[in-house]
Amino acid sequence: MEFQAKELFAKHDVPGAPGIVATTPAEARAAAEKLGVCVVKAQVKAGGRGKAGGVKLAKTPDEAEEHATAILGMEIKGLTVHRVLIAPAASILEEYYFSFLLDRANRQYLCIASIEGGVEIEEVAKTNPDAVKQIAIDPGTGVDEAKAREIVAEAGFPEVLVEQAVTLVLNLWKVFVEEDATLVEVNPLARLEGDVLEALDGKVSLDENAEFRHEDHAQFEDKDAADPLEAKAKAKGLNYVKLDGAVGVIGNGAGLVMSTLDVVAYAGEAHGGVKPANFLDIGGGANAQVMADGLDVILHDAQVKSVFVNVFGGITACDEVANGIKGALEILGAEATKPLVVRLDGNNVEEGRRILDELNHPLITLVDTMDGAADKAAELANA
Amino acid sequence: MSIYLNKDSKIIVQGMTGGMGSKHTTLMVQAGSTIVGGVNARKAGTSVELAGKDLPVFGNVAEAMKETGADVSVVFVPPAFTKDACIEAIDAGIGLLVVITEGVPVQDTAEVWAYLNGPSNHGSTRMIGPNCPGIITPGESLAGITPHTIAGTGPVGLVSKSGTLTYQMMYELRDYGFSTAIGIGGDPIVGTTHIDALAAFEADPDTKAIVMIGEIGGDAEERAAAYIKDHVTKPVVGYVAGFTAPEGKTMGHAGAIVSGSSGTAQAKKEALEAVGVKVGKTPSETAQLMRDILQNM
Repeated sequence: MEFQAKELFAKHDVPGAPGIVATTPAEARAAAEKLGVCVVKAQVKAGGRGKAGGVKLAKTPDEAEEHATAILGMEIKGLTVHRVLIAPAASILEEYYFSFLLDRANRQYLCIASIEGGVEIEEVAKTNPDAVKQIAIDPGTGVDEAKAREIVAEAGFPEVLVEQAVTLVLNLWKVFVEEDATLVEVNPLARLEGDVLEALDGKVSLDENAEFRHEDHAQFEDKDAADPLEAKAKAKGLNYVKLDGAVGVIGNGAGLVMSTLDVVAYAGEAHGGVKPANFLDIGGGANAQVMADGLDVILHDAQVKSVFVNVFGGITACDEVANGIKGALEILGAEATKPLVVRLDGNNVEEGRRILDELNHPLITLVDTMDGAADKAAELANA
Repeated sequence: MSIYLNKDSKIIVQGMTGGMGSKHTTLMVQAGSTIVGGVNARKAGTSVELAGKDLPVFGNVAEAMKETGADVSVVFVPPAFTKDACIEAIDAGIGLLVVITEGVPVQDTAEVWAYLNGPSNHGSTRMIGPNCPGIITPGESLAGITPHTIAGTGPVGLVSKSGTLTYQMMYELRDYGFSTAIGIGGDPIVGTTHIDALAAFEADPDTKAIVMIGEIGGDAEERAAAYIKDHVTKPVVGYVAGFTAPEGKTMGHAGAIVSGSSGTAQAKKEALEAVGVKVGKTPSETAQLMRDILQNM
């Protein structure tokens, strides 16, 4: 969110007033009393906040309180606004755009800069692509002062701003590398009265894989916006994404689970259009506890009518998986109430199927193929 | 014949003495791979017995290569140490570097990739991964974690972003078998791309047809489609996972994310079909498309 991006900007000396975060209209009023004329800005992880009515100018503390009352609780792109940022109003002469990002296709980094308009950068990119400069950055050498000067010259910043821009580029580069970001964006980067360059709004995307060397990044997690089931799964170390269908899905391996969701959706076309309820990858292990944790999360999803357990025994043998399912049902006991369709294939599949056949559990239906099992799970969800 | 890996490959394991490393070194030996040792600076000079073989532990990759003639390294070290392990192997001039480790910060991979292409590299290292199951040439060698029991040798070349979909597809086509199956990994930046593997399979006389498995995120599949149009004469069958993935959510793999309208499964499917690649809706349908091609060969 903007205020978090600004915290990271401040940490690396990127100029721009961080503002004051408020969670109630009274706090917004108090902040406005300190700052004077200010802007009340909704804090959600989404673009287009201004167009949605989530950004308002307040000339007085009364107005700040009024705007905060309207904006707090508002929904922007499906996200509820729990916080507003009260930022001092600025006299803007010009707006620019600047970002560093990961360039997947070329396996390097990219700097994108434009002095033609900030907020409407996508529009500028369409109507006047030459005004949006793209400068490749070698991850081996990064951005030193010479590279920063090259970027500033290429972007075409006004002469009077060049030195400020070079410093700003170097500091934004520090945000990018020292925080392990995949995107650092300033939009707008503003030329204020008196020819001062400031980051008025920003966005930073952080690499989750790098969390082990950034303990402070945990604070940026958006706990309010997270789905309660996603939060529960995360606490148990499960890789879970909530969707809005009726067929719960558990599988091993990200690719196989993504594929399972698709196969369930296709199968659902013949069964009243039922859809997958979630993504859940339990990884290679698939022991009883992990299986029980996964089932526990899915069975607490009120929309779920049936569960499809799709496991390919690669390293893990199917008999271990079958015992995992058996153990999970023992752990869950009476809490397991929805039908499970299980498809096992691969390593030691005969033994795995034999264990589940022998268990003869009333909730379990064993189906041989992925397509057949998806069809059965969809049918049960539509019953 | 095969690509990148064959019966003459001599493999060392970086991180062989760890949990994952020792387990999978054992499985690699059982798959018929020639494992010649491991690397762990703190245990240099010792040896480890795995799958009935006494495997020496060396202090670094250069020493291991000098003593054993190794030309392949498989990396199992934890994410925090993966960058250094890769740079050590590149400095030593290893031929093939297979990085299994999941959870490597993408900036570390970007730096390794830049280093591999920079002046300090001998110019001879091919990296596969990170976050991948590695590569298997059935009946000859395994450098990675793919179960060697799924399928034997045969005419199909397989390249996939996903591990379990690699296994699933090998299982579906186990009656035909594979020249080589390579899992390139699900991270935003990987060392070997779909295009690299397609080029290698095109040049490999024992590969008669190719299965290419992709997933949401990035534009690697679209670029592979453009490559196929101009450079691949062998039949290619495709599969893309993630049609039902919502925008903005990472689906397990760090690179598997739809951003706005880019990276969707639909766009990838359309790009592949536009160049004549048949794309299956499900893994089993994809296998059937390949079966039809092989039967008519």
